[in-house]
Amino acid sequence: MLKRKAPAKGIFALPYAVICVIFVVFPLILLLIYAFRGENGGFTFGNFAEVFTNSSNYMALLKTVGTALLATGICLLIAYPLAYILAAAPFNKIAILALLFVVPMWMNFILRIFALQSLLSMLGIEKSYGAAVIGLVYDFLPFMLLPIYTALVNLDTSYAEAAGDLGANAVGTFLRTTLPMSVPGIISGVMMVFMPCFSAYAITDMMGDSNTAVIGGKIDYLISQNQWGVGSALAFVLLVLVIAVMVVGNLVASSRNAKANASALTRGGSAV
Amino acid sequence: MKNKKRIFTVIGWVVLVLALVLMYLPILTVVAYSFVDSKTVGASGEIGFALYARLFENERLMTAAGNTLLIGVVSAFLATLLGTVSAVGIFYLKRGKQAVNVVSQLTVYNAEIVTAVGFFLLAIFCNNVHLPVQKGLGWLILCHTVMTTPYVILSVSPRLGQLNPNLFEAGMDLGAGQTRTLFTVIFPQLIKGMVSGFALAFTLSLDDFVVTNLNRGEVNTISTYVYDSIRRGIDPAVRALSTVIFVAVLAVLIAVNVADKAKRRRAAK
Amino acid sequence: MEEVSTKFDKIIEVRNVTKVFDDVTVVDNITLSVKRGDFVTLLGPSGCGKTTLLRMIAGFTTPTSGQIFLDGKDITDLPPHKRPINTVFQKYALFPHLNVFKNIAFGLKLKRIEDIKRNKKTGEPVLDQTGAPVIVRRKFTKEEISEKVNRVLKLVGLEGYGHRDTTSLSGGQQQRVAIARALVLEPKVLLLDEPLGALDLKMRKEMQFELKKMHDELGITFIYVTHDQEEALTMSDKVVVVSDGVIQQVGTPKKVYDEPANAFVANFIGESNILSGEMKEDYKVRFCGADFACEDKGFGKNERVDIVVRPEDIGVFRAGSGKGQLKGTVLGVVFKGTYYEMNIAAGDYEFTVQNTDSFAVGSSVELRIKPDGIHIMKKMRTVNETVTTVDGENTVDFHGGSFAFENPEHLEKGERVKLSVAFDKIELTDDERDGVIGGNIGPSVYKGTYYQVQVYTDDDDDIYVDTVYEWDMDDRVGIVIKPQDIRVEKYVEADEEKEENAAADGEEKSDA
Repeated sequence: MLKRKAPAKGIFALPYAVICVIFVVFPLILLLIYAFRGENGGFTFGNFAEVFTNSSNYMALLKTVGTALLATGICLLIAYPLAYILAAAPFNKIAILALLFVVPMWMNFILRIFALQSLLSMLGIEKSYGAAVIGLVYDFLPFMLLPIYTALVNLDTSYAEAAGDLGANAVGTFLRTTLPMSVPGIISGVMMVFMPCFSAYAITDMMGDSNTAVIGGKIDYLISQNQWGVGSALAFVLLVLVIAVMVVGNLVASSRNAKANASALTRGGSAV
Repeated sequence: MKNKKRIFTVIGWVVLVLALVLMYLPILTVVAYSFVDSKTVGASGEIGFALYARLFENERLMTAAGNTLLIGVVSAFLATLLGTVSAVGIFYLKRGKQAVNVVSQLTVYNAEIVTAVGFFLLAIFCNNVHLPVQKGLGWLILCHTVMTTPYVILSVSPRLGQLNPNLFEAGMDLGAGQTRTLFTVIFPQLIKGMVSGFALAFTLSLDDFVVTNLNRGEVNTISTYVYDSIRRGIDPAVRALSTVIFVAVLAVLIAVNVADKAKRRRAAK
Repeated sequence: MEEVSTKFDKIIEVRNVTKVFDDVTVVDNITLSVKRGDFVTLLGPSGCGKTTLLRMIAGFTTPTSGQIFLDGKDITDLPPHKRPINTVFQKYALFPHLNVFKNIAFGLKLKRIEDIKRNKKTGEPVLDQTGAPVIVRRKFTKEEISEKVNRVLKLVGLEGYGHRDTTSLSGGQQQRVAIARALVLEPKVLLLDEPLGALDLKMRKEMQFELKKMHDELGITFIYVTHDQEEALTMSDKVVVVSDGVIQQVGTPKKVYDEPANAFVANFIGESNILSGEMKEDYKVRFCGADFACEDKGFGKNERVDIVVRPEDIGVFRAGSGKGQLKGTVLGVVFKGTYYEMNIAAGDYEFTVQNTDSFAVGSSVELRIKPDGIHIMKKMRTVNETVTTVDGENTVDFHGGSFAFENPEHLEKGERVKLSVAFDKIELTDDERDGVIGGNIGPSVYKGTYYQVQVYTDDDDDIYVDTVYEWDMDDRVGIVIKPQDIRVEKYVEADEEKEENAAADGEEKSDA
């Protein structure tokens, strides 16, 4: 007998699926094509050779990794204690406190960096690598703070109490229960800060000297100067890095849900 | 024990206040100096609204602000609509759910510059096959919509799981077609997620620089205008603009909170 | 309209409908017709396919094959919003953003009716060239909607609740709104999917009564899904017992209760004693070591049969009174309000007996079963049969495992064979690893001295096992068969069809 198709509400996912294919998947294919295309249009590894042999390219990439690690590390060091305090009594009962750390995120980030730069130059601090890192930390701190805060504030306090009850002192309790249980928040925060650093050339350009540019600026420059091949190859390397970080993040993070929630929150939080 | 707690509270307040001061100091400095007619922050000048007057005279900056707002509102609206419909579709999807989720996760975690280059190459490809695509306002709206839709899906999806599993069927059972049911029965349940999704999409769009910079053609937004003028020296009127935006954010925040409280009070009655 | 309703006495007809979800057959070739105005209940355990069948009638699910007719019209592919059928959902599915009035008015606002076109000013009917009034399709007016909503609100006893928020209502009130919302559209058929499942016992009883009353007053056909046999028996004109995606029996509540078609129905509906016995001759059956007069005939001489005896059909007398046919010992007594329920061991069977007199635990009694209290059912198959392949030196494939067998005739590897193994020759092991293959325990029926257990094998098939042990549903078990208990014979192609036909004949008979 004839097989029938059931009426499916899944059909509503179709427009987005089509858009994903056209605007997400297809551009990545184009990226791949341009990365392997020589100036005459033929297949080549030349663009990748350019990336991995020309020191200005791979040094820029390595330096960006270094800068991103540094900024992420500083963010984590500052954000964790802040999140810990915000999530603990009596501060967790004051809803507006956590919100205050988010509000600046709703302002345009370039205006925020402009403000920071204005302040620093008023204080006599010149454009430098250090200033650029301060800019990155200033801009990305909330992205680290929020996921950790969300993880900590949702922790059942009875775990800590149980650990205390079982004889652990304050430090032991923290190291054995609180810290391990906030790991998903940390991972999410690290991902939300580490990756954007690669694209944050506006910040390094505004805050740093000529030596501090991140790889994103280089790619933007190459592409806008019509050097699509090398630009695409660099972008492709970055994409591989993104996917690697995503895979590792997914593997380490115990719960995917925690991350989805955290990422939704981090990127601006909900107004309501 | 009590003593320990008190010490923690005191230290906590000190740390938090210090952090907030550091966080707001740059912004508040700019706000303060938006009333000082000087070339840079820290320099002296006449106190007054001169910079605000300049702001409204700076046509390029005003256009950029207008573009930013236009792109933000339109793309956030489209993303909210598309994202909500998609979230419902994905929720009811039996096969291929994983694939859609991976792609949408990729959009969220991808380095912005890679996304930007992707859109750039897509525009070139469209031109090569003679599709009427032109970098500029329309293209930027499209890019921003695609970029922010996953965030709307993320903020709408959680609510879907809590809905009565038969709600959709109830709508169809009572005579509404599939699309009508989606809009009259399912959407009203998702309003909260849609509002926060819209807010999220809007702020992401306002905040964007990297994608915009590579795909704007001749069009400017606030981000690209300020970035472009680093070398030339930034117009001090930007301080006035920053203040306006900061105050607007605060106003929206307070309005939302007041409305929320009023609603809760009404509900309590 | 009138013409249609006299022409088709069957309002709903389900023809050979099958539904397969992800390779699992949930509804298996069901054919069923529903009489106009009846209160029909689909009764069965959860997962038996009754809800899927209802959802196909509503249009939420499309059959994999087969057709569904409404008033003689094929509606199989008609989407739900175009069917004059409405549903009351298990968890109400009221729209949270609408109040009671708007929930009920939802469907009315979408509905279009045919009406005579009227002149807007004078109110006179507009006539066409032939002088006949022009017919237009229009929406209900506000007044019409309001009047209809208030009428159903009154019907379900919620007058004046229109402005209330649905979330502020109790479970029972929400249930009434759901019913009103469906009824206001005056459907030809009202579907109710376990509508009382979420209510407490008292409320449930009350709603049962009211639903029945509404059905009698409105004359709308009700199709009601439940797993509660008592609900089914008290409310319905007709009960359809479903199990494993197949209709086991269709009949009035009395018929289904008194004359269950098979052991499943007997076991599912009401309490019953199901025994294994044999037919000595017409009107005479033997079980528990004694002969009984009965009212059944037409079985083969000494044919093995299943016997159903309802607990209230067993008389209990003092030992030595000479009034009973069986001697037994009382093992337990429970007072159930209006009667005593006793467990009485007689022969090797433990009877459940309901009696107004109680007997002390441990006392000896006699049991009497009158001819009309004995229901004989054809035994279902007793042998698992399957066509398979020899997969080694005297081993054969059976549901994915390699089983040794002893056969005088040599069979080559790869040869197609027919394998048969009796239900009682299959052994189940607690530890899955002790078996050649593993399986999941399915439903089981107690047959007096043993349980007949359905076991789902990992290749998505099922086999029957007769065992003296009680196995828990969904447990994993191992399956072992002794080589001498497996019968294997060369498989001849033509055999199959014959066999199948014979089997089908047998099934039809047992259904009838």
